[in-house]
Amino acid sequence: MTTPYTERPLAPVTVDAATEHFWTQAKEGLLCTRRCTSCGEVHWYPRALCPFCMGDTEWCSLSGLGTIYSVSVTRRAGPIAYAIAYVALDEGITLLTNIVDCDFDDLKIGQRVEVTFKPAEGGAMVPMFKPA
Amino acid sequence: MTIKRKACIAGAYEHPTRKAPDKTVAQLHAECARGALADAGLTLQDVDGYFCAGDAPGLGANNMADYLGLTKLRHIDTTDTGGSAYLIHVSHAAQAIAAGKCDVALVTLAGRPRSEGSSGVAPRLVTANTPDVPWEMPYSPVIVNMYALAAARHMHEYGTTSEQLAWIKVAAAAHAQHNPNAMLREPVTVEEVLASPMISDPLHKLDCCVVSDGGGALVVVRPEIAARLKRPVVNILGAGETIKGQLGGHVDLTWSGAAISGPIAFKEAGVSPADIQYASIYDSFTITVLMQLEDLGFCKKGEGGRFVADGNLISGVGTLPFNTDGGGLCNNHPANRGGITKVIEAVRQLRGEAHPKVQVPDCTLALAQGTGGLLGSRHGSATLIMERQ
Ligand SMILES: [Zn+2]
Repeated sequence: MTTPYTERPLAPVTVDAATEHFWTQAKEGLLCTRRCTSCGEVHWYPRALCPFCMGDTEWCSLSGLGTIYSVSVTRRAGPIAYAIAYVALDEGITLLTNIVDCDFDDLKIGQRVEVTFKPAEGGAMVPMFKPA
Repeated sequence: MTIKRKACIAGAYEHPTRKAPDKTVAQLHAECARGALADAGLTLQDVDGYFCAGDAPGLGANNMADYLGLTKLRHIDTTDTGGSAYLIHVSHAAQAIAAGKCDVALVTLAGRPRSEGSSGVAPRLVTANTPDVPWEMPYSPVIVNMYALAAARHMHEYGTTSEQLAWIKVAAAAHAQHNPNAMLREPVTVEEVLASPMISDPLHKLDCCVVSDGGGALVVVRPEIAARLKRPVVNILGAGETIKGQLGGHVDLTWSGAAISGPIAFKEAGVSPADIQYASIYDSFTITVLMQLEDLGFCKKGEGGRFVADGNLISGVGTLPFNTDGGGLCNNHPANRGGITKVIEAVRQLRGEAHPKVQVPDCTLALAQGTGGLLGSRHGSATLIMERQ
């Protein structure tokens, strides 16, 4: 059995004070999050205050490399099947994402993946992951 | 302060409807309130505490309290943790009664997701400014796949199988055949669960709960009041509640909030999982049940699959009868929030009023457990332990 990746329309992203820098970086093909200036920990999703110590935070770049922590091919939530996943980045944070550009039926937990970007309506580039 | 034996569940009512196109949500709330008060032998004028959550139409409790005609209120609580909220309401009602803040607390839930065309493959309703939304909505998280991710990880870590998860549905269906109000009354087999359409790997259609209209209500009272009513007395022994999220990006799908709310409730009640004779376990999906059973300590972490297999959750067959009304998987999941029906069936069991085919003999100690929200990202968990006096 194969379930090939099919492009699906992505709604415009939310651009606000919390997200604007992230989407600007994403257009350059860069993945980033925020790091605490007090305890030094990176966290996901990016916040103005550190979720571990309430310290101030600043943007930092991420490698875009990681492994699949969990994955589910959603087959009946619409006309196009898609793979939703948690990817554990090498920097130690795990984020919700989609896996793309592959046969979904070959996906496995523990598989190495790398970031790629897919266009949303309105021109934003949304980070997703593909087999490395 | 403890709530142990400081309050009693005196009234419980589950609306019989499963499809109510000709009724409003407010009307369903009111019909449930009337049913629970009549069950208790109390009236509208006795109610001085009101509890509701996000399914209640309007601004918090304001509109429903006015619609219901509650004029004696001196305690209000609109805690909303999704489907687990109503178990928290019972706990908070017991706290309020113990603190002298009210004497007769009414909890209502109602909704019409079936008539309104809602389903588990639609995006979860979120409000503007929800901080996680911009980071997740592009990836189309829906209710079912946010539980499927937990199921997939559980299978990977512990070798849990789809067959084992299917046994949870099989047990619920075995009970639902005796419930004339249940939406799905046909017994099913493990093979039928596995043959049902795959919705989001590894969850099949029959791993998912029903979408139903309806509702329920509970009346929680001071023990002195319960003592003079004509119904069997159900004491609240202990309760626990928490919220679990994504832990700042240190996501761990192997445990749920029940791992925190459960031990708190057991400690307050002074009992252990082995003492529990009947358990209502929130069953939005089969994986929800398996995860909570482990986290509550009914079996070791990772052994949930073996625990639920071979009918161990079927009343009269296994060691832990669960959801003897058929649960959310077969009976009813009103407002897409199943917490209140979990308490209602536990009360039926403790009163000896469950269907004779599923009644646990001499049931004196029961547990109800709720998980509301999304198992795979953010959820509220509530545990309630009750006894028959
Ligand atoms: Zn910090």
